[in-house]
Amino acid sequence: MTEIRKCQVLIVGAGPGGYVAGIRSGQLGLDTIVVEGDKSGGTCLIRGCIPSKAMIHAAERFESLSKHSSENGHMGISISSEPVLDMPSLISWKDSIVDRLNKGVESLLKGAGVDLVKGWATFTGPKRCTVKTSEGNIEIEAENVIIATGSSHIDLPFMPCDEEFVLSSTGALELDSLPSKVAIVGGGYIGLELGCALSKLGSEVTVIEGMDSILGIFDKELRRPLEIWLKKHGVSIHTGSLAKGAEVKGRGASKKVELSFEKEGELQSIKVDKVLVTVGRKPNTKDWGLETMGVRMDHSGRFIRIDRQCRTNVPGVFAIGDVSGEPMLAHKASSQGEMVAEIISGLNREFDKVAIPAIVFTEPEIVSVGLMPDEAKERGEEIIVGKFPLAANGRALTLEAEKTGGFIRVVARDSDHVILGIQAVGSHVAELHGEFVLALEMGALLEDIADTVHAHPTMTEAFHESVLKSLGHAIHSA
Amino acid sequence: MAKYDFKLPDIGEGVVEGEVVTWHVSVGDSVSEDDPIVDVMTDKATVTIPSPTDGTVLSLNGEVGDMIAVGSVLIEFDTDGTGLETPNEDEGPQVVEEKKPDEEKKASAEIEKKVEVKAPEISKPIEISAPEIPVSSSKTVLASPAVRRRARESGIDLSSLNGSGPAGRIRHADIDAFVAGGGAIMGAPPVAYSTKRSGINEVKIVGLRRKISEQMVKSAFSIPHFSYFEEVDVTELEGLRQALNASRGEDQPKLTYLPFIMLALAKIMPEHPECNGYFYDEEGLVHRHEAVNLGIATQTDRGLYVPVVKNVEAMDVWQAASDLIRVSGAARSGTASLDDLTGSTFTITSLGREGGLGATPIINHPEMAILGVHKAREMPVVRSGNIEVRRIMNLSSSFDHRVIDGADGASLVQHLKRMLEHPAMIFM
Repeated sequence: MTEIRKCQVLIVGAGPGGYVAGIRSGQLGLDTIVVEGDKSGGTCLIRGCIPSKAMIHAAERFESLSKHSSENGHMGISISSEPVLDMPSLISWKDSIVDRLNKGVESLLKGAGVDLVKGWATFTGPKRCTVKTSEGNIEIEAENVIIATGSSHIDLPFMPCDEEFVLSSTGALELDSLPSKVAIVGGGYIGLELGCALSKLGSEVTVIEGMDSILGIFDKELRRPLEIWLKKHGVSIHTGSLAKGAEVKGRGASKKVELSFEKEGELQSIKVDKVLVTVGRKPNTKDWGLETMGVRMDHSGRFIRIDRQCRTNVPGVFAIGDVSGEPMLAHKASSQGEMVAEIISGLNREFDKVAIPAIVFTEPEIVSVGLMPDEAKERGEEIIVGKFPLAANGRALTLEAEKTGGFIRVVARDSDHVILGIQAVGSHVAELHGEFVLALEMGALLEDIADTVHAHPTMTEAFHESVLKSLGHAIHSA
Repeated sequence: MAKYDFKLPDIGEGVVEGEVVTWHVSVGDSVSEDDPIVDVMTDKATVTIPSPTDGTVLSLNGEVGDMIAVGSVLIEFDTDGTGLETPNEDEGPQVVEEKKPDEEKKASAEIEKKVEVKAPEISKPIEISAPEIPVSSSKTVLASPAVRRRARESGIDLSSLNGSGPAGRIRHADIDAFVAGGGAIMGAPPVAYSTKRSGINEVKIVGLRRKISEQMVKSAFSIPHFSYFEEVDVTELEGLRQALNASRGEDQPKLTYLPFIMLALAKIMPEHPECNGYFYDEEGLVHRHEAVNLGIATQTDRGLYVPVVKNVEAMDVWQAASDLIRVSGAARSGTASLDDLTGSTFTITSLGREGGLGATPIINHPEMAILGVHKAREMPVVRSGNIEVRRIMNLSSSFDHRVIDGADGASLVQHLKRMLEHPAMIFM
């Protein structure tokens, strides 16, 4: 016999959207069930943000050790032998971080009094689903449902991922050895983050991008330092190129994969050890009974349509995170999850963020918050822009963060100096973004930042200086 | 795509058009059934029209301030999936929420009756719904997350506040002021940190403000105004007023100068009949009224109102004071009845607290005269060769010079001056 459970809040998916919604819902005293078909933590924690950042950090460490072991050493430090990469150990170090966070999420859910049901949910109506668990089926009937099913990798139909030769990002984070040659199809942030890391570890990397430039979401000025880094490190970039197919050739240990692509009307091919496909992500709207819920999709038909409170058209059914629209970012999902739990508990909330920060962990890192100059102009704003190079920041020099040619750029409205956007590119700039977002959410003026003391010696001084520059009086700038 | 055209429904007997006062939605918004979509102001009331369907807004027909005819398309929805499509028949769904249907019906009946007997045109708008706030909806709000949260929880639309912070940023203090002011728009105009200011705020002149504007144009451009100023020594009146206030009963209101002026006017009006009533210029007919019904120009949060104290000739000073407080209070709180707002034969505009030496008041068409009362203050005055400190009040008056000669207008003011300087005469 199937067990029937009732609850106030049912959350489908324990990713950064779902688990946060679950914890907040539990804190608010709502009877809450979270259903997860995989490990808690979602793409972000299990096979996305976190593991990739572990890999990126390890790669950076490897690269700097390599520098110290080169002929004359570096910074007066030399190592007599070259660093050795043991890929399986690196992967298991990464897995230990993932495991820790995964257990952390589960214990937080438990601590908040949330019931975590492990199994695959299939909806049979707007607020009713059957969960297939290892101990049999459970029927759940909820007063409110939060859909947080996330997104998944997009396969190219003519070269589906086998995770042996043609990899998705998931496979790229589970390598058993370092491929000496890698081709990356899709020059977006996922491909380039992994591309930079593999390059630092010693792979020869080629990027195939269909558009005119890699990382097309950013403007030319922001992309430039990354493009220079890639060039210096021997990463070949083929823009305006479309992958056509991948064929596994050779035998036994010498098996290679041949990737063919079309560039300027010509068919070319390269032989590599692995092909990594990172052409985008699609919302998970299939195979769990969404069609039985009567939930409407947005104009594109890809995402679930939601309003400013994350409500779908079906009363009591909410959708958050990647399944409900761009930008597909973990922190957006978490923020929505927290909000929806509060709405269900009766609080009056709305997703009224001024800005959702976007960060790319390439080398150098790229941060964008709010409007870029071109976007601001398109909206009819008269703007002033202040840009300050990290090369003029003392702390950046001591960290060698200036070597990647980075800068911080602030965009403000000319008439009243309200800050409209802040971008940064450079080594270690990701952690600076908190102040950027706060400035936008608080409605800060250039003068608010100008009159705030920034500690010396830190890289945040470069933000202060970019603001002073926009006001025409930067101190450490010619 | 299923398109659904929503037409302006019949929103009240005899109403043929309405003015768009506020759009609650914009193109591209998704709406649910019964969400408010637009406020429409008619001659009689402001009504909020709810959405007839779930859907996405494809287009809005009409800007804020435009007049929309009943039956014309107001808004187009994409109702994909909800099954609602524009019916072939002409009738749209009748989904109108009237704020105070009873009062409104009464009001409309009364208007019709009055029109028959050629009573004065109803020139004062009847405000029934909440104050409309004309702001451009595209304005982005500058406020911290904590302020935004507080506003949402208190049901305050931040776009209707003026922030007093730099660049117009809304602060907690601005919300405090908004709440303390009972929803009045407060706050200093935006003070920019920077030296340059280039913004232009478009304010649509709609609703009550438009009615006031139309009425003022009619008055100012059809009536040749003759203005006349005088100063009045109210030292004795002040003494009487103080004495009466000192001995007033608990249920008696505190007396200002106005009830005395009202009473004095009522008493002398029979000798100046050309000043009290209406001039129907198109018909070439003057109605001289025996009753003295005094309109009292009153500043409210929503704009200028002129509530009326009727038959002042039959009142004593206490009654005049009480009724004055009642009608002006009702006008300020928006609870004035149609009767309170119509039928004045002469208007008094008190510039009291704002002081000033003189003004040129605009006559409330089709009335023929208006009296402005300024703040009384102590002044050095020469009396019998000596300088004395006396309490002086200035009066500014305007008359319709087509039907009132200069001498007649001056005569009324001089007569009033004599009464006020020797207040015993008011009561004899």
